[in-house]
Order: sequence, then structure tokens, then C-alpha cells
Amino acid sequence: MTANPFDVPEATEPHQPHSGQRGTGFLTGPFRLGPTPSATVGPYLAIGLTWPDGPYAAAEGTEGAFWIRGRVVDGHGDLVPDAMIETWQADPDGRFASPEDPRGAARYPGFRGYARSQTAEPPGEFGILTLKPGRVPDGEGGLQAPHVDVSVFARGMLDRVVTRIYFSDETEANAEDVVLRSLPDEEARRTLLATPSADGYVLDIHLQGEGETVFFAV
Amino acid sequence: MTGTTERTPAETGLILPRYLREPDDRRTPVGFPGYRSTALRAPLRTPVDLPHRLTEITGPVLGEDRVRPGDADLTLRRGGEAQGQRILVHGRVLDSDGRPVPEALVEVWQANAAGRYRHVADTFPAPVDPHFDGLGRVVTDGLGRYEFMTIKPGAYPWGNHRNAWRPAHIHFSLFGRAFTQRLVTQMYFPDDPLFGQDPIFTSIPAAARHRAISRFDLERTQPDWALAFEWDIVLRGTDQTPFETRDDGDVA
Ligand SMILES: [Fe+3]
Repeated sequence: MTANPFDVPEATEPHQPHSGQRGTGFLTGPFRLGPTPSATVGPYLAIGLTWPDGPYAAAEGTEGAFWIRGRVVDGHGDLVPDAMIETWQADPDGRFASPEDPRGAARYPGFRGYARSQTAEPPGEFGILTLKPGRVPDGEGGLQAPHVDVSVFARGMLDRVVTRIYFSDETEANAEDVVLRSLPDEEARRTLLATPSADGYVLDIHLQGEGETVFFAV
Repeated sequence: MTGTTERTPAETGLILPRYLREPDDRRTPVGFPGYRSTALRAPLRTPVDLPHRLTEITGPVLGEDRVRPGDADLTLRRGGEAQGQRILVHGRVLDSDGRPVPEALVEVWQANAAGRYRHVADTFPAPVDPHFDGLGRVVTDGLGRYEFMTIKPGAYPWGNHRNAWRPAHIHFSLFGRAFTQRLVTQMYFPDDPLFGQDPIFTSIPAAARHRAISRFDLERTQPDWALAFEWDIVLRGTDQTPFETRDDGDVA
């Protein structure tokens, strides 16, 4: 009996990845896949990335919650009306709502730790409702000052850029902070310090030029 | 375990992974001269290195609670069927160590079959499709797999340079499990003749461009219904530290 080469069996088996690797244990070197390259969010991010509860790292009505507001400004000094910022931070006890925290995932009532805000309404401005993060160990025996990690996405940027928000009224903690101390001068540190306002704090993000915000390579 | 007796953060329970960063010749730069909007938006100063500490190695857990029924089928919206070529888009979300990223939120958005976005800022005079809004959300399964049904997006003009057209693409947003792994990217289709003139595509270093292009997948086409494209998404993985190694034969 000869097999018909055109007689291809139906694809009834569950789909298998086509990496060519089967099983484990025979690899002698570290196994690495090439990370997918980033791309800009483009001008239409509002279609895919809008959540009604996006800006709420803390649920409305949570005790101690305040707004961090600011503007995103381009190298010309113009507002950027089609950017998005995302924030991630510890809860007031200095713990994270993440199973990746080696100290264990924390739950803090009414607190998600994560927020996203587009700069569409009013144009160029963002706002997130959150709680003051606690101090987090810096891994070198000290404590970091209260801080919020920030990603900024926009048309015109092919990858996100990363910055941090600190609080100007945490003078003592800020003076000890390992990241702030690593910055070249006061002017650089000042670009990360949110200042008190009527309903919380304000801090503008300058993408470029005069007073350019300090961005981090992570 | 290794015989290392050096006092390390191990004693405070803070053995942290370090997420690998692609070298510049494989990573999309933030700014690119041929892409006009970068001129006033991409930062000009060199970013400051931020070692990965607790805030960077943790991240939000976003899953099923972000997804509504029907979010994985973009071809049926507002009580009717979208115009265009139906395609199944599927693949796995992995990290660069090859580990699947399970139960992870994947958000997608795209233009309709004619290359028009449902967005006030899109003025391309191509028809809006009443049954296509271009938004999809899915969560990966236990093996990191995702799939959604959509229509093949059209190419569209965008005014970056004379007669500039974006190759057909789908925008993707992923979180992974750590702040360092956050990724917003675009999936392309094989052999698009528009690649060469598109600075958003060519800003990706040549050695990494293939990672942004999906594969036509005959096996997963649905007879008399839809074509299929496969695209695996790879997030940054971690450096293997001695602490994570189970055997102690080959570590310093
Ligand atoms: Fe697009």
C-alpha cells in the first residue's frame, strides 16, 4: 500500500506551537526568545485603552484618597492631548497588590495600585485618584521615599518612557531615597516632585526641552 | 543551593529578579527621525538607569474582570456583522525565557476593513462600518494562549510624508506580571508591500522586524469562514541568578 502524499490529516489535534523545541532538559545554554519590539500607541489609543474606572488607583470615597494631576507638555511647550499615563505604586503600608512581591501580595481595601489616564479631557491634562504610597525597601538596607512609577505613551514616541512621581512634602524621606540621590542635581530632582494642591498634588511632565522630566531606563 | 555565604538581600527576603533589556540594535528607539511627530515629543536627554527594585518587578494583576462577553469577537458589534475579510488572530504570550504568561490581559485596537478608525480624529474619507468598533480584549489561558476573531484591517494614509501609508496592523497592549514587562506594540501581516516606506515599521532595527510580523496559519483557518494568522508575543524575561538555579553545578 502506498500513502497518498496529498492525503493530509484533518487538524483535529490541539494546536501546538511551532518553535521546533519539544520537551525540556536538553538545552545546554540559556534559552532565549527575542522580545517583541515596541511600537507607538498612535493617535487612536482611546479606542483600545479606555476604561471608565481607569484613573482610580484608589476607589472613589477611599479614606485618604487624593488626586495627582498634571499636564503633558511637548518640546514646544504645547500640551499633548493624545497621551496616556499609567501609574503603579505601593499601598500606604509599602506593599504591592502583586504576587510578584517576594513578601507576598498585599490587599489594601479600595486600592488597586494601578491607574491609567489619557490626556484628552481637558486636552493635555491627566488625573489619577490614589493614596500616598508607603516606604518600600530599597534592597540596600534602606527605605525608598514614597514614589509612583509612571509610564508615558503617546503618538510620536515609539516606546513608552518611564518616570517617577515623588512628593515634595516628604523632605526627609526624599533626602534618603537611593533613586533621587543618584540624580545629578536639584534641578533634575525637582522634575519628579509633585507639589500639594487643592485636591492633592500636581506635577507636569515635560517630554522634551526646557525642564525636561527625568526619564529612566528600566 | 550554592555555597555563597556573602550577605545579600536574601536575608531580608528581597531576592529580586532582574529583567533583561534588549540591546539597542534589537529594540525600537523612542524617537526616529523619519517619524515626524517624534521631533517634539521624544525626550532628548539620556535616560537615567533605574535598577529593578520592588516597584519595578511587581505590576497590576488585570484579567477576566476587564473583559466583557463578546470582546474576543470584533466581527459582531451593534447587532450586525462587520464588513471585510474575517481572520482569526492567535498565538501565545511568552517571556524571553520561553515561559508562558497565563491569565494575562491583552487589549487590541485596529482600523476597519477600509482602513478607517472609529475615532473623531480620523478624517480619512473611507467608510465607517456601523458594525465594527475595532476594540478587542482577551485574557490568555493557562498556557499563555490568546485568540480573537476580527476582520483584516485596511492600510491607511497618515500624512507623515508625501503619500505615506501605514501597512495593515493591529495595535496590542500587554502588561505581563511586572512593570518592566509592559508592552504596547503593533502586529503586522506577512509580506506587506508598504513596509519599506513606513517609518513606524522601519524604526524597528532590521534584526528584530520579523518579530513584529504574524505568520499565515493555514492549519487554523476555519473552512468556509475565516483565514488565520499566528503571532507569538514575547515579553522581557529575567536574568537567571544563582538563587533561581536548582542545581549547583554550573553557577559561579
Ligand atoms: Fe494604527
